[in-house]
Amino acid sequence: MKASQYLLDSGLRVGNGVAADPVLVFAVKAAIVVLGLTLAAAFLTWAERKVAGRIQLRYGPNRVGPYGLFQPIADVLKLLFKENLAPATRDKLLFLVGPSLAVGTAILAFAVIPLSAVNHGIGAGYDLHWDISHLNIGLLFILAVTSLGAYSIFLGGWSANSKYSLLGGLRSTAQLISYEMAVSFSLIGVVILTGSLDLEKIVTQQNHAWFVVMQPLAFLLYFTGALAETNRAPFDLPEAEQELVAGYHTEYSSLRFGLYFLGEYVNVITVCAIATTLFLGGWLPIVPFLSFIPGVLWFIGKVAVLILVVMWIRWTLPRLRYDRLMSLGWKVLLPLGLLNIVITGAVVAFQAA
Amino acid sequence: MPITLPPGTAPGLLTPGIDSVEAVDLGGGTMELNMGPQHPSTHGVLRLLLDLDGEVVRQCRPDIGFLHTGFEKSFESHTYQQCIPYTDRMDYLGPPINNLGFALAAERLLGIDVPLRAQYLRVIMAELARIGSHLLWFGTTALDVGAMTPFVYSWRERERILDINELVSGVRMHTSFIRVGGLLADVPDDFYAIAQSVVDTFPKAIDEYEVLISGNPIFRERTRNIGAISAADALNYGMTGPCLRGSGVPYDVRKQQPYSSYDHFDFDIPVGVRGDIYDRYLCRMQELRESLKIVDQALNNLPSGPVNTPDRRVAAPPRNEINTSMESLIRHFKLSTEGFRPPKGQVYQAVESPRGELGFYIVSDGSNRPYRVKVRAPSFSNLTALPHMVKGELLADLVAVIGSIDIVLGDVDR
Repeated sequence: MKASQYLLDSGLRVGNGVAADPVLVFAVKAAIVVLGLTLAAAFLTWAERKVAGRIQLRYGPNRVGPYGLFQPIADVLKLLFKENLAPATRDKLLFLVGPSLAVGTAILAFAVIPLSAVNHGIGAGYDLHWDISHLNIGLLFILAVTSLGAYSIFLGGWSANSKYSLLGGLRSTAQLISYEMAVSFSLIGVVILTGSLDLEKIVTQQNHAWFVVMQPLAFLLYFTGALAETNRAPFDLPEAEQELVAGYHTEYSSLRFGLYFLGEYVNVITVCAIATTLFLGGWLPIVPFLSFIPGVLWFIGKVAVLILVVMWIRWTLPRLRYDRLMSLGWKVLLPLGLLNIVITGAVVAFQAA
Repeated sequence: MPITLPPGTAPGLLTPGIDSVEAVDLGGGTMELNMGPQHPSTHGVLRLLLDLDGEVVRQCRPDIGFLHTGFEKSFESHTYQQCIPYTDRMDYLGPPINNLGFALAAERLLGIDVPLRAQYLRVIMAELARIGSHLLWFGTTALDVGAMTPFVYSWRERERILDINELVSGVRMHTSFIRVGGLLADVPDDFYAIAQSVVDTFPKAIDEYEVLISGNPIFRERTRNIGAISAADALNYGMTGPCLRGSGVPYDVRKQQPYSSYDHFDFDIPVGVRGDIYDRYLCRMQELRESLKIVDQALNNLPSGPVNTPDRRVAAPPRNEINTSMESLIRHFKLSTEGFRPPKGQVYQAVESPRGELGFYIVSDGSNRPYRVKVRAPSFSNLTALPHMVKGELLADLVAVIGSIDIVLGDVDR
């Protein structure tokens, strides 16, 4: 039996008829998502600077190209041509693994996020799923992969053998352990409601009402926790400029730094995409009569709005302190997440009875 | 415990105060972290040696001197009027106040008074400088706790104060506007309207800052009961200015020893209770409003008249006199080349800078140059309390505490 056939039979994939994508389709999908995410992340840096500019009474980038749109390209070129400095006392292997993991895990999580509704019976009778890999345990996969992202920061901070990096790495580890729990618990409410870990099913079940309506607390918990997990302000402690210079990536330069930078923005996209999928109805239109707009556009639009909120928060709020962040995670978010699970479970049980 | 030098090391090469302190016990597992002199939030070139236990600061040893410029020594080889531009560059966030301190001290040596109009204009410029300095402090304080946007908002307002500086003196920062014996020149006609618009519009801007930061729960958590210092400790460390008033001591040179007609104006001295970062913050925010009150009163009661002393020992003869009188021409020449000669003696004159009591101690040997000038810099004294304030606090708090002391390294090192 071929390995692919084995995977099919063992039930990892679901769907009607032929479940697996032909290799070509798979490759095209992967290429689109990887390139799209990378490009989107690059232009998010532009968007962030524009948003920051507007908030801060200035213009933001406006020199390179129309509206400064080519600024990201110039930035990437600059990063490419910079000297790749590295401390002599670094741990050579881990110093490389760190930045690679940062981008890798961020993109990997996107593999299971459905961008639009499944197209049944296209061409040779297989279903076109709008994700790279259609897993029936997509949510679990996302949780697993995003947790790996902490290693990029931790290893990067540790291997550089610099004190500021080390502090950044330590902060990140503590932060992730605290917030991984809160984030996971916030998602369980959705899982209880849908009875599935399949992201496509989770979205289709939001036909009548988005889960943000039924699970507002869970949405807030997820969003807060996700901000903390992506190390965005006000939870950007691992790279707190005023305290740790640049935190875990103090010693990184050139493209290695670029990878961390890219990873951060891809992470933001991924986190917002997950929030959209789980709470904002994914590709579903706001009202049914707007369904002539393709689902992909709805999805991208919702993600964009969330990203805007993330940026807005960054340029507005001061940074939390390390110990406050911990107590917020363990003493506020986690109990609230548990409360949410209990309430959701009770309601679902009563309705079933 | 005295340290042993490595063989061949000259003692002079070691940084005094740093390597000469007792050895740190590393058995407790602390990590020594060198923070600065190049670091985003040491407000210049302050170097701190920290013993960290995790993120808790067990010991903090400030190392200063990276901005040492020898201003005090330079004073000795310049005439009194030539010293004024040097004072600008000491506390470069409040240049007119430094000018004022030096000018007042020199005037006391000479025993002259400046006209009331000059005194009022000096007050206006000094209070505008205080507002500008506090605005910058507000921005950097927000920045130190991670809020990046208030910085640009407060700089928007500070820009207008720099514009006024440019209007009256032609220079935006180092104005040298206040001279011994009066002012550089009278203010231009459009000064009044522009200064009045600052007085009228700033309260709204300050309200905006308060909305952004004062009530922000994250900011409160970061600053309440952090870096607290008791009134007694603050006095013992010689702290002055908002740092001392934050601890509840209502000491302000403008009230205690009024100079330049400060006793003509009605204003309050805000004091804190707890002496933590938040109280120091509130004090400065209130001082912004009080300074605006002073500027308003001074503008509306501004007397007319000359802005320079008529005393010919200091003031140059007027132009038309120079054209007709040989003696006046000679006097003008002598003043320009040699300057004036205060009588033998010594004087200490303090002014309230945005950071605290800024004192000039001048010894005159009767020549046209000061024999010795010692500056009592508020930043220097306030900084000495830093190790006491941050002991046992977190690394993140250390940054906030440095911001709340509002040091200017040019003022610390001189």
